[in-house]
Amino acid sequence: MDNWPRTIIRRSRASRVGTTFLLTGLVFAGACGALLIGPFPLGPVDALSVIFQGADAGEPTGQASTVLLSIRLPRITAALLVGAALAAAGACYQTLFRNVLVSPDILGVSAGAGLGAVLGIFLSLPVYAIQFMGFLGGLAAVMLVGFVSTAVRTGDRTLILVLAGVVVGALAGAATSLLKVLADPYDQLPAITFWLLGSLAGVKPVDLMPAAPVVLVGLVPLVLLRWRINVLSLGDEEARALGVEAGKLRLAVIVCATLITASVVAIAGVVGWVGLVIPHIARMIVGPGFGILLPTSLLLGAGYMLAVDTLARTVSGVEVPLGILTAVVGAPFFLWLLAKGRRAWA
Amino acid sequence: MMLRLILGLALIFPFCGAEARTVTDSAGRVVEIPDEVNRVFAAGPPTSVLIYALKPEVLLGWSRALSPSEKPYIAEPFRELPETGRLTGRGGEANIERILALDPDLIVDFGSVRDTYIDLANRIQEQTGIPYLLVNGRFEETPTSIRLVAEVLGVPERGERLASSAEATFEKLDSILSTVPKGQRPRVYLARGPDGLETGLKGSINTEIIERAGGQNVAEVPGLYGLVQVSPEQVLIADPETVITWDQHFYSNVWNDALWQGVTAVREGRVYLSPTQPFGWIDRPPSINRMMGLKWLAGLFYPDRWSGDLRTETRDFYRLWYHVEMEDNDIDRLLEWTIGRAQ
Repeated sequence: MDNWPRTIIRRSRASRVGTTFLLTGLVFAGACGALLIGPFPLGPVDALSVIFQGADAGEPTGQASTVLLSIRLPRITAALLVGAALAAAGACYQTLFRNVLVSPDILGVSAGAGLGAVLGIFLSLPVYAIQFMGFLGGLAAVMLVGFVSTAVRTGDRTLILVLAGVVVGALAGAATSLLKVLADPYDQLPAITFWLLGSLAGVKPVDLMPAAPVVLVGLVPLVLLRWRINVLSLGDEEARALGVEAGKLRLAVIVCATLITASVVAIAGVVGWVGLVIPHIARMIVGPGFGILLPTSLLLGAGYMLAVDTLARTVSGVEVPLGILTAVVGAPFFLWLLAKGRRAWA
Repeated sequence: MMLRLILGLALIFPFCGAEARTVTDSAGRVVEIPDEVNRVFAAGPPTSVLIYALKPEVLLGWSRALSPSEKPYIAEPFRELPETGRLTGRGGEANIERILALDPDLIVDFGSVRDTYIDLANRIQEQTGIPYLLVNGRFEETPTSIRLVAEVLGVPERGERLASSAEATFEKLDSILSTVPKGQRPRVYLARGPDGLETGLKGSINTEIIERAGGQNVAEVPGLYGLVQVSPEQVLIADPETVITWDQHFYSNVWNDALWQGVTAVREGRVYLSPTQPFGWIDRPPSINRMMGLKWLAGLFYPDRWSGDLRTETRDFYRLWYHVEMEDNDIDRLLEWTIGRAQ
């Protein structure tokens, strides 16, 4: 499973910090720019007047403030959150399983969240309940995987965990398909299809209220533990020699990564690709050391999702599903990177 | 060998005796059908609604079982008909053996008559030996399609009544619309899904009723059809004067949702919840049930010119098309939200 060399590329601390600062600046600038882009005509002057005058201005500014503060701002926040969370979870899993082909879906979280949300749509629940069901479904799938892998005591533990994830994911996928067949073809089926393709079109401030704290609760321990997690990539024996308890740490990483993935999938739907590819790109830039890989993935993921979602809401007269765009935009870019900078990580 | 031949002949002969006739369906296919059609398999929800309206006794089952809230609006003997599944669409979940076991005289598919469906019809007809009739489901074709199926089912008078009723509604609308230039027609948005951000683009079967009733669908992207997702910003720019929905969650939230307050329709209370029992008024399925929605929308879009009281129209429609006599409280429950909050 060792797809990258065990020697951790050493870079000067200054250059690492520099990269992080540069990326942070770029993402922040991108977010400010995205705030001014959209189908509703809104110049920088309007935007500034909204920010400085507040919502108590006249009618046209009222409309502008709705667009800026109730539509674009929460959506951009959500894009940053979703991208950062998925990329961070992907980086964690890839390091944990010491395999670069792993994505956040490896333990069935997306499939479970998909099933939960689809069940919510099938039962004609309101939006917040659909999101909550998605969140619960994601957690339930990973818990099931955990139980199965602890019940099986023989063999390679990592292998069993991954296999259990594949099995639970397949079962959740089958249940989702069953619900699609049973759903009202004129009403629920289109809603299910759109949800499974992923979108941030309907994000409201009220959706971020529960999701953002949960993502932070998952993300903070990962950031704090990043140097220890780095040791996990060396293998359990080596980790023990270095004084890191692999079992507990692995559990903690899985719990945190699951929490953040489930909460963003609940608000954005199933958005593939980001969690798989962004960590690779981060690795090409800063190397495989998890201490720097995590913040870099996080920032790159946020920036990538921001770019993709800005395209999704501006490129056509209607929304383009995120699940389609992430792959269409990401795949050629990734191929280009592969061809160009192969030796950076292999 | 001989025995088998005799058995085969014995099976074939009774049918040779039965009178047969040929019909040309909407796709131009010439289909041989028995003189008397007593058992009809409906290929999908639009078809079961059409057959139910024309001659419910021949309907073998509903494509989707009726829900408890729909049953009161269906005539008693037909509420518990079995679920037979959809034959068309994505693969189709109706089992061909099960269709054969139901022993239909005829399969009817009321909907798209494009090449895919022609091919599907031919394949199933060859495979099962059951005549398969394709009937055009476009809204504008409703009277023609009703007459065609009524003729096949042997109820031409009933077909004439329903078809002329549909024509009368179309004509009444046309006389209003002839005086309203396209630019002055109300701008309408169809909000689907629990967050109302799913809609049907202009020109798709899901929204053709809006144009027919004299509205302008604000969701228009040249060259694109079908169901799409839009962002709140796009709804704000389109700024519809009227919003139609059948989603109760969306309807109850839209009044307090900050995002929607910038939309003229919401500010002026012109968001309307469509009844969905026993069949949708706007779509769901796209069948003759939309004739009721057409009257409702015409009254909403042109309140001064469309003569007709919604209660009376509803009662008459349900009596004529759905074979039910509604009590006052049934109508109340059905029409609860259709009035909107404009008044």
